[in-house]
Amino acid sequence: MTIASRPMATALRELSASAAFIERNFNLSRRYWGWELAFLVYAVAGALSISFIGAAAADKRLIFSLVIGAIFWNYLSTVFSFIAETISWERWEGTLEYTMMAPVRRASQLAGSTTYAILYGLVHTSVILLVLTLFFELDMSHANFVTASVVMFAGSFSVVGIGIMAAILPLLYVERGAQMTFVIQSCLLVVSGVYYPVSVLPGWMQVASAFSPATYILDGVRKGLMEGASVGAVVHDLWPLALMGAILIPLGLWLFGRAEHYAKRTGKLKRVG
Amino acid sequence: MSTTLMPEQKITVPTPVSAQVEAPARIPEGAPRPVRPAGPPALLLEHVSKTFVIGRKKKPVAAISDVSMRVERAEIYGVLGANGSGKSTLIRLVSTLLTLDTGRAEVFGHDVERDEMAVKRLINRVSVDAAFFKKLSPYENLAFAARLYGLHAGDARREAVRILARLGISEKRMGSPIEQMSRGMQQKVAIARALLTSPTLLLLDEPTTGLDPRSKLEVQAFVEDLRATHDATILLTTHDMAEADRLCDRIAILDGGRLVAEDTPDGLKARVARETDLAPTLDNVFMTYTGRSLDEDVEAEGPEDDE
Repeated sequence: MTIASRPMATALRELSASAAFIERNFNLSRRYWGWELAFLVYAVAGALSISFIGAAAADKRLIFSLVIGAIFWNYLSTVFSFIAETISWERWEGTLEYTMMAPVRRASQLAGSTTYAILYGLVHTSVILLVLTLFFELDMSHANFVTASVVMFAGSFSVVGIGIMAAILPLLYVERGAQMTFVIQSCLLVVSGVYYPVSVLPGWMQVASAFSPATYILDGVRKGLMEGASVGAVVHDLWPLALMGAILIPLGLWLFGRAEHYAKRTGKLKRVG
Repeated sequence: MSTTLMPEQKITVPTPVSAQVEAPARIPEGAPRPVRPAGPPALLLEHVSKTFVIGRKKKPVAAISDVSMRVERAEIYGVLGANGSGKSTLIRLVSTLLTLDTGRAEVFGHDVERDEMAVKRLINRVSVDAAFFKKLSPYENLAFAARLYGLHAGDARREAVRILARLGISEKRMGSPIEQMSRGMQQKVAIARALLTSPTLLLLDEPTTGLDPRSKLEVQAFVEDLRATHDATILLTTHDMAEADRLCDRIAILDGGRLVAEDTPDGLKARVARETDLAPTLDNVFMTYTGRSLDEDVEAEGPEDDE
């Protein structure tokens, strides 16, 4: 093999490994179809329940705002939890050591898990969107879907970065790590203005909301879909998302590497469960 | 389903993807099986130590203490020891799943810490518990593992079918969830998973523990077949003295994380017979060097070692 073709071969091997994680996660979703159905019903019911609060107030704008919050929070939380639970699943199944000793770069593993998480989140969210549009008359006449898509795309990177960092917790804390990821997810839900404006939060929570990518994603998506704002009009949401993505993904990968080394030093990769 | 061994069926191991990795060579039938001291050893440990800190009081427990060993290519090297003696920790250190506190470990000349990825391409492991995604089928599990090692799914399937047939599992079982298989069958799939990747150094961590006698014999026959037809090196930990006697070229005995004896099975037996008035058996070798009988074998303290 020539020197020039060796990096190409390595890249192809890593891509194939990433694809293996996508395929495996798809197979797991297929085999656990009963659980998937249950989670979907739960998510749909939750989104409907929240949206009916707007119906009770007889406020179409509130309904629209709640529907957007329910749909896009579902997407963000699905992507986050899928990535964050990557290690928990492997620990639970007992395969963590085998995955960790395979000749695959951690970035390739996480890229595969992330890609599947985004695909899974899109399918999940599409079903919820379909159901909600059947229940509520949403005025989409002014909606700018390009703006919403650009904001979501830009925001996904930062959510992935936080997910990678959260995945460290089950690596470090064998028994409580998975619960800790739920705590992070819950805190993001509270401070990010998913179902209410950030302005109603206490001052210190408003400060915290500035560090949550979900705050900017929800704000940008609402402006795009409810007010028809152009991409240029939501730049104040886009640049923090771009900055967070540029920082959080490399930081997440670096921290994951440090955590893996710590786990190897202290023997925490061993099977539990 | 047939559980009969088919001795005429030989195993072919797929060629590894990396050109840097030399696959275990196939040995012509009837040819003597070489143990090759030339070149770097398959495994070299020099003064390796590993200590864990356990419990709320942060009590340090030495899992491995100043262990040195040299395993030549094509050798089957057994490691015997009681629960908690450090066998699994030793395997995990070589598997790159643990870092060394002190000492040096090399696999075919590659340092396990500095050249981790190269070592990972050369090894694979079968542990006492067959760890799989239980809802996935054997094929889905094996295809996933094979792709992580750069193999094509189609090639992996063909080889998996061949290896599993040799172990008495028919192709029709490849599509059902692995949780529907017996413990013994799951362990055979675990062995197939390890062999699919053509490991030059195969780490077998109590591969027959918990298997019924027939499954145990099938796995042992498979290892013997592997030894007869390929020059893959095998590091085997076991509690089964008969298994160690049958399979191993040399045996090391660990006690409390320390290597207390190392020789051929016959050499160890002769030494014990010479130094004590005990019969020359591996059971007596074990009792002599660990200071306890197999019946006194107790669970290790702490959560870090489940040997």
